[in-house]
Amino acid sequence: MTDHSAHISAKHLNFFYGATQALHDVSVDLKRSRVTAFIGPSGCGKSTFLRTLNRMNDIIDDTRVEGQVLVDGLDVYSGACNVIDLRRKIGMVFQKSNPFPKSIFDNIAYGSRIHGEKSRRVLEEVVERSLRRSGLWDEVKDRLDHNAMGLSGGQQQRLCIARALAVNPEVLLMDEPASALDPRSTARIEDLISELRGDYTIVIVTHNMQQAARVSDETAFFYEGKLIEVGVTKQIFTNPTEKQTEDYITGRFG
Amino acid sequence: MSMRPRNLGERMVYFAMMGITYAILLVVVYIIADVVIGGIGTISWEFLTGSPRKSGEEGGIWPVIVGTFYLVIGTLAVALPLGMSGAIYLSEYARQGRMTRLIRLAIVTLAGIPSVVLGLFGLGLFVIFLGFGASILSGSLTLACMILPTIIVASEESLRSIPQSFREGSLALGATKWETIRRNVLPYAIPGMLTGSILGVGRAAGETAPILLTVAAFFLPSLPTSIYDQCMALPYHLYILATQLPDMTKARPMQYGTALVLISVVLGFNIAAIVIRSYFRRKYRW
Amino acid sequence: MAQASQYWKARLIRYLFMAAAATSILIVVLVFLFLGRESVPFIAKHGLGAIFGGQWQPVSFENEQFGMLPLITGSILVTLLATVLAVPFGIVAAIYIAEMASAAEREIWKPVIELLAGIPSVVLGFFGLVVVAPLVKEVFGLTSGLNAFTGAVLLALMAIPTIITISEDAIRNVPQSYKEASFSLGASKLQTIWKVTVPAALSGIVAAVMLGVGRVVGETMAVMMVTGNAAVITFSPTESVRTMTATVAAEMGEVPFGSDHYHALFVIGVVLLLMTFGLNMVAQRVLRKYRIG
Repeated sequence: MTDHSAHISAKHLNFFYGATQALHDVSVDLKRSRVTAFIGPSGCGKSTFLRTLNRMNDIIDDTRVEGQVLVDGLDVYSGACNVIDLRRKIGMVFQKSNPFPKSIFDNIAYGSRIHGEKSRRVLEEVVERSLRRSGLWDEVKDRLDHNAMGLSGGQQQRLCIARALAVNPEVLLMDEPASALDPRSTARIEDLISELRGDYTIVIVTHNMQQAARVSDETAFFYEGKLIEVGVTKQIFTNPTEKQTEDYITGRFG
Repeated sequence: MSMRPRNLGERMVYFAMMGITYAILLVVVYIIADVVIGGIGTISWEFLTGSPRKSGEEGGIWPVIVGTFYLVIGTLAVALPLGMSGAIYLSEYARQGRMTRLIRLAIVTLAGIPSVVLGLFGLGLFVIFLGFGASILSGSLTLACMILPTIIVASEESLRSIPQSFREGSLALGATKWETIRRNVLPYAIPGMLTGSILGVGRAAGETAPILLTVAAFFLPSLPTSIYDQCMALPYHLYILATQLPDMTKARPMQYGTALVLISVVLGFNIAAIVIRSYFRRKYRW
Repeated sequence: MAQASQYWKARLIRYLFMAAAATSILIVVLVFLFLGRESVPFIAKHGLGAIFGGQWQPVSFENEQFGMLPLITGSILVTLLATVLAVPFGIVAAIYIAEMASAAEREIWKPVIELLAGIPSVVLGFFGLVVVAPLVKEVFGLTSGLNAFTGAVLLALMAIPTIITISEDAIRNVPQSYKEASFSLGASKLQTIWKVTVPAALSGIVAAVMLGVGRVVGETMAVMMVTGNAAVITFSPTESVRTMTATVAAEMGEVPFGSDHYHALFVIGVVLLLMTFGLNMVAQRVLRKYRIG
């Protein structure tokens, strides 16, 4: 029986951009080894919330957090948390694929090198394992020294996933990972998520409700900076408790 | 939107404006051509590698070229690390606030200070107060103050052109801010930073007023041996040849030759900058 | 432990970069400080009023005169003339390049402007001495071509790149919708430019001119070589004049350190500094307000 206890818990989380409050009192448990989807109309705070989990909002000027985010029981906004270790543990994939203008090899090895790995043999192992994991190995194994900017959009995104996997994270945050891709590449990303399911705690932000329904175990619906409802995906899509969730699911707004 | 006005009146205004604009081009071409044609005959091995004789009326300009070279190196050694680091702060670290506003205000103010005033400042601070005397050190420091804004502004622009996603991607992998800058921002920004800096150096190589007050020697055929020595420099040498000799027309070939070398050095820097810029633009695209 | 050292290392790096950036502040403060410091002895001895004396005769056996008015009027005369020459060329060229030139023409103009801006002022001065001055002498039938007008011609050439670059930015910043609205009312391209685009970009153009003027006021070598350097109060373009910058550059090499004359030259520096500082601040304010450049 897999452990599905709370891996990440937000407790009464408020978030501000300057004077504007973007998140209102969000409390939620994200379960270990599960795929959780965040859905909601644009500007509802789902991406902002995602970025509070690995403190990526720290790099934006003039922002403020209240409340707690616990990862394995440790508050990431307390002095005891090292943001470097946190981000190592929590990988992230962005909306727009962002390969670095380096070779494919150097892209994947980037994280390991940052964390002090110098042995060529170890790096080669890491690169191969990560690329196999993201299903890209067979496509790129003969051109690892080519610039990653030369890959197609879908390949680039899978490269970014491989790059995140290379540092052995426990959690994978995905911010609309397929929104810029064509349907075929999107399908491949979704397949990949299904393959990774169970091994990682995955959180995916998406504006595509079918996608949420297809890939996730749990779904959280955000609206105007508030978490309206969270539950098992099937229940959210077939029998939501809240009126707003139902309106959104059935396409009455957003 | 193509512009060929239909009616006669408008067409005349159009051609008048075109004429005024191209008059500027004509003047630029004329100036360059005059210096090139006037100076090309003087350029010879002896002129470039010989020492000046009879106050510069005869001989070559080797010590003058060497002096300018030392000044440029000295200026770069000071201004480049300082300017690039300052730009890194403004682009990567600075938050909106009083300190940042003050720094930016200082940069535009510094950029607007006349070079002769900076020369006075260099004289007061470096030559006299700090006791460096009229020397390559004083001159380089003064010129560095002059081109610092150019280097900062160009470097910051180059840093800001690096997509934010490079930084986010690196930070999300657990890199520290400095690791991110060093490994994933600077390597792509440095060509642009250097381009802007080279333009600044070109300016420094052609400036006269600051070095007039802090380093330049009227006539010093021997080469400098330390940073505390005075030296000759191309722009100042041209000024001397053109205005301070008893018989100015006799020295005309020397004047034109020096002007040509000076303009080649300065424009050489500019052209190098443009070439580097376009090379790296083609190499990196994101 | 490791975490604490990591934290301090990050702070240290941040402060190092901050210190580098703050060097600019230090330099500006030192410029004001040292120019002030070297000026005070003169002001203390002769009073502020000495600045407005009408005679500059710093080297004399019985009666040295440090009246800076001739130098100030010399600078103003040359600057005004240069502005009058540079503004029409600069603005018309900016309009032409921004609104009328083809894409290929624009490709030529960027390096041409950079080229003009890159010519060292001493080379321009030399060109003025050898080519422009004899021409001016010939055309106006003068005994000498070394006068305010010749200096102004060269200074205009130096101001033009600044005026073109910043005006062009200002013109391009005018929203396309303004122009489209004008076209839709049946205005021609030229009418649109003069009645809509240029007025909308006017504050940016004014700032461009001010920055150009700032450069001209502080320019030294070219004026020193061609204006004849006679310290007299005159408003005739064909008279020889002596500017503030030329006075500093020409005389500093010969003054005894610590003499009245030495300190007087620093006073000129302060006057120059304040003039250019004022011009730049106002221009920058305008540019920031309209988000140009």
